[in-house]
Amino acid sequence: MQGRPQATSHPPERSLPPKLEVNLHVNGVEHRVFLRPWTTLLDALRENLDLTGTKKGCDHGQCGACTVLINGRRVLSCLTLAVMKDGAKITTIEGLAQNGELHQLQTAFIAHDGFQCGYCTPGQICSAVGLIAEGRAKTSDEIRELMSGNICRCGCYPNILAAIEAVMQGAQT
Amino acid sequence: MIDFDYVRANDVGDALSQITKHQAAKFIAGGTNLIDLMKEDVEQPTRLIDITGLPLNEIHETQTGGLKIGALVPNSDLAYDERITQRYPLLSSAILAGASPQLRNMASTGGNLLQRTRCLYFYDTATPCNKRSPGSGCGAAEGFNRMNAILGWSKSCIAVHPSDMCVALSALDAVVHVSSAKGDRAINSTDFHRLPGDTPEIDTNLARDEIITAVELPSEKFARHYSYLKIRDRLSYAFALVSVAAALKIEEGAITCARVALGGVAHKPWRVPAAEQSLVGELADRKAFSSAADIILQGAIGFAHNRFKIELARRAIVRALEQAAAGTPQSQSVKVIV
Repeated sequence: MQGRPQATSHPPERSLPPKLEVNLHVNGVEHRVFLRPWTTLLDALRENLDLTGTKKGCDHGQCGACTVLINGRRVLSCLTLAVMKDGAKITTIEGLAQNGELHQLQTAFIAHDGFQCGYCTPGQICSAVGLIAEGRAKTSDEIRELMSGNICRCGCYPNILAAIEAVMQGAQT
Repeated sequence: MIDFDYVRANDVGDALSQITKHQAAKFIAGGTNLIDLMKEDVEQPTRLIDITGLPLNEIHETQTGGLKIGALVPNSDLAYDERITQRYPLLSSAILAGASPQLRNMASTGGNLLQRTRCLYFYDTATPCNKRSPGSGCGAAEGFNRMNAILGWSKSCIAVHPSDMCVALSALDAVVHVSSAKGDRAINSTDFHRLPGDTPEIDTNLARDEIITAVELPSEKFARHYSYLKIRDRLSYAFALVSVAAALKIEEGAITCARVALGGVAHKPWRVPAAEQSLVGELADRKAFSSAADIILQGAIGFAHNRFKIELARRAIVRALEQAAAGTPQSQSVKVIV
């Protein structure tokens, strides 16, 4: 059409690197997806697998909202390339409930009012699952320190701490 | 983020051959800093070489009574390894003072050494920065420079190295083992990072075609008298305004060996041998520690927003040395400074 720039005025199109086959084992289910190298695990979970429980907060590793467990260890999915986790076992907030029963940390967060807006909560709970599995936090100070990678802008920290302590003491009420 | 392609390396030789073939390639391990910088368009590699499959994830005893830490050992595994907590608690403490559990689970030993400054102007591509874009100027010198250097800076760059782990490695006289197609070499941790001078775009003395394979800790451990004291704007999950790794050997009240390294104040962990030497033979008391602090901070010059760091550093050095002398190292979970 007239008035539009000629196609030749654009720089030549670069061909994108090919999509790579990636096998993601998420919450016990194997997914075969084809992804560009730069797709983060966070984006793959949310955009390719429709698992939107894992939240994108800062997308720069500063808030912890995107925390998931990879082979049982808590990590930040926003700073993880999905292609690098081919074959790894990934657990997200959607995978914590078993047989229709909430995970005890999920129950404890409800019982102790461990959230207000709820946006950081999936990351908080996945991080707490990792914390308890690590077994290094014994005191309240240690739980606070080892949960410091999860920011809660509603400021629910006292109740988050109470929920985690309750589960650690096996007395969630 | 610009588009890039992705390949895996099978072993060290393969990784070196691949990095030599592709000029704009970078190695990736934990990715905690690199991916962030790529999202900001500060780093723009056109190829990532995944080295996480390399067999560099173990800690071995050395023949001289030290430890050799594989470059891919995650920061958390290193910090909690019993050989480190028992024999090199200063290193464990410093690692646990940095980042968050999630980041420590991801970040590798070699990657921690290679992390780049968190200077605001390095990250913000709308501002000048000689480290990011040589010749463009320094946005920090006249800007918001609270987190910037007071020692060793140059007219072209006032950035600081952000690592806590590297401050302890410097104090412990660790050695960085690297390989290239030409062979292997060892770099003292104190020589690994460099001062900015006129080429602030170069952070370290690692060549582009080299890879870090291990970090070696010598036999001197300072397990009894040590402290890592980190002062920051938020009590956890924040970079240091000033940090101090202090290590002493004391016999009958007198100091026989001293190490002091500062973080958050310069382009590299800051050590002043003359200050350490001044402590040898002295009683482990505040007077000696104050004199050493004066020597360390000779020539310190701050900027509009960070001049307070000179006095902060002076007090932190004295306090960390007192903690080390008393055998009461700073806790990284109970944040009260005693």
